[in-house]
Amino acid sequence: MTELMVIGLAGLGTLALRGSFLVLLGDRTVPPVLSRALRFVPAAVLSAITVPAVTHAGGELDLTSPRVPAAVLAAVVAWRTRSIAWTIVVGLVAQWLIGQLL
Amino acid sequence: MKREIAAGLRAALPVAVGIIPFGMIVGVTAASIGLSDGVAVAMSAIIFAGASQLATTALLDAGAAWPVIVGTAMVINLRFVMYSAALEPHFRHLGRLRRLGVAYLLTDQAFALSVSSYTEQPDRQHRHWYYLAIGLALWVTWMITTVIGVVGGAQIPDAWGLTFAVPLVFLALVFPAITDRSTARAALVAGTVAFAAQPLPFNLGLVVAAVAGIAVGAAHEART
Repeated sequence: MTELMVIGLAGLGTLALRGSFLVLLGDRTVPPVLSRALRFVPAAVLSAITVPAVTHAGGELDLTSPRVPAAVLAAVVAWRTRSIAWTIVVGLVAQWLIGQLL
Repeated sequence: MKREIAAGLRAALPVAVGIIPFGMIVGVTAASIGLSDGVAVAMSAIIFAGASQLATTALLDAGAAWPVIVGTAMVINLRFVMYSAALEPHFRHLGRLRRLGVAYLLTDQAFALSVSSYTEQPDRQHRHWYYLAIGLALWVTWMITTVIGVVGGAQIPDAWGLTFAVPLVFLALVFPAITDRSTARAALVAGTVAFAAQPLPFNLGLVVAAVAGIAVGAAHEART
């Protein structure tokens, strides 16, 4: 098994996961339990990605990282403005400033 | 259609900038274990998912058996099943081939940006172009930065802290996704479990946390 073949299989497997509902299950109607659950996917997934990216910036728990206070500030901006651009600008600038001060 | 593409590219821009260091790291790492330049770059096109590419690289280097490598990559990418299910209702109007294209371009970032946009304004006629513009912009960025990493070689420090832009985009999208008490509970539980479950291997903390949040949100809704 060459490296490229292993990578190809990993890619095919990943494509199968990505296409599970979009392609493989296609137009079959989903059970009501599932469609009720789908409504909660965005809120749950977004929150589950964001929190460790802030608290475990280097892969390990690090609450002293400039990311933590910067994220708190950015969260307030995100909540008040609903603007992705402002959230990024405030978050990045705050991270940089706090990094300089520490 | 033009408007959807333009909106997609605008939405993708900060995320694309944020993944630049990540793509370079993936390229550098793949080249560093002795993969040929062609295979190292091909991996980004074939797998197109950073965390699982890093794991695949590490396991190839360690001489792991191929079922272990393929299985590990798939466990890390299990979250795509949730995204696939959540996006599917928005792409019912497309044929199978186009939906295969949608699936291939599916990433955390493309999912997050498009599902937020589609929830806010559903049933736009050319909505798939918004997604495809984001997906392709991120794909091109990923390929170019992989090549730079493979050819450039040296480790690229994230001097400007730009990688933080990606979680900031997710952070900005959390609030519009919280529309009532049930979704608020889902977000709160998922975030808390993700914090506690972060040490789990293979990125499983994300899947466990999301499932917990979804379950609590749905249970709360069923009671009210």
